[in-house]
Amino acid sequence: MIEVNNVSKYFGEKQILHSINTQFEEGKVNLIIGRSGSGKTVLMKCLVGLHSPEEGQVLYSGREFHNLPENEKLLLRKEMGMVFQGSALFDSMTIEENITFPLDMFTEQSESEKHDRANFCLECVDLVNVNKLYPAELSGGMKKRAAIARALACNPKYLFFDEPNSGLDPKTSLLIDELITKITHDFNTTTVVNTHDLNSIITIGETISFIYQGHLAWRGSSDNILTSDDPTLNDFIYAQPLTQRLRKTL
Amino acid sequence: MGIGSMLIVCIVSLAMGSVITLQTALQIESGWIPAWTVGFVARTSIVMELCPTIISLLLVGNLGSRITAEIGSMRVTEQIDALEVMGVNPASHLVLPKVLASIIVNPVLCIFSIAFALFGGFATVWLTGCISTYNFIDGLTYCFRVYDVVYALTKTCIFAFVMSSVASFYGYRIEGGALELGKASTQGIVVSSFVILVLNVVITNVML
Repeated sequence: MIEVNNVSKYFGEKQILHSINTQFEEGKVNLIIGRSGSGKTVLMKCLVGLHSPEEGQVLYSGREFHNLPENEKLLLRKEMGMVFQGSALFDSMTIEENITFPLDMFTEQSESEKHDRANFCLECVDLVNVNKLYPAELSGGMKKRAAIARALACNPKYLFFDEPNSGLDPKTSLLIDELITKITHDFNTTTVVNTHDLNSIITIGETISFIYQGHLAWRGSSDNILTSDDPTLNDFIYAQPLTQRLRKTL
Repeated sequence: MGIGSMLIVCIVSLAMGSVITLQTALQIESGWIPAWTVGFVARTSIVMELCPTIISLLLVGNLGSRITAEIGSMRVTEQIDALEVMGVNPASHLVLPKVLASIIVNPVLCIFSIAFALFGGFATVWLTGCISTYNFIDGLTYCFRVYDVVYALTKTCIFAFVMSSVASFYGYRIEGGALELGKASTQGIVVSSFVILVLNVVITNVML
């Protein structure tokens, strides 16, 4: 479980996050949702240590991440896997090298063990025969899946996805959502997904934290998000004509 | 790193050696000055100043901008963030190998540059007949000190360190997109060139 306690983040004078309190549960797909510029990505970067919050704590199973000594922080980082918005695969490496890279860095596995692990991770995301290809040779959806495979390489306890559906067609988005749910339940990971994709929100959100202008405005799940009476959340959810029509049927 | 610059280094060195020799021969055309002086002056200029400095400035434009672009695009596409999340120190993983490679390869390029520049001078003398090749070679070998080569290579190593570290710094601190990448490359080249020129004066004062 990841606990976020009173996390505030400033860039210069500007406060981006205002005392965020939320929890991300183990074995569940936990969503952070909100409009562009609401602070979702900043919150996620605070979670993974790319930003340090000025106030508050991020607790991983009770361990306060930002105050851990460097060696313990490194151990905790090995339990994390992250899929970035643009996949962030290393251009100069093949897909297999990308997946085995964290294993090269942190394990003493033999080449054949690493090769087997790469194949296993690629099978998990339904990618085959791409081991020797470079990221530039893959489509957007395949890159995302390869990035998920890389995130799985070290068998993480905590998985983070930053806007996993951005730039993907609806069909591929669905596949990625299914993959996220499957991985979370199969490997019992604490999965945190940063998204504003309505389909993802409704279909995979087991817990949902809605961020509005840097504040945690609402917390719930996909079961009660459509019937919430929070005006800011409803503005966000029912912003499109299609969802407005859906609302009338509810 | 740097091996890809071999062709341009050789071409520039060949032309530089040729022009220096020709200019020197034209400027000191006098019965009072021995003809071997052309070879002596050309060698001293090529070994001690032109090759280490000009080639380093050339490599700043060629290699330095490539380092900035490579690290900068990794920053822009979140590849550096990915390294950090994995627990890998991006600075030591990305910057250190580039700095070390430059410090190792640039002196090798400098030696090739010296060889090609001297050959360019010899070829010019042979083709134009401005002085005899015997006099030119006599000048090249006159009062030759190994220290001059050590001095040239020391300067090249220091310039290589400056080039790669400044270029990496500008690439690493990029925030934004493609536009920032272009700006950072240009800034890296300008700052590296300026630091190299200032250091050249300092090193010359200290070592000679």
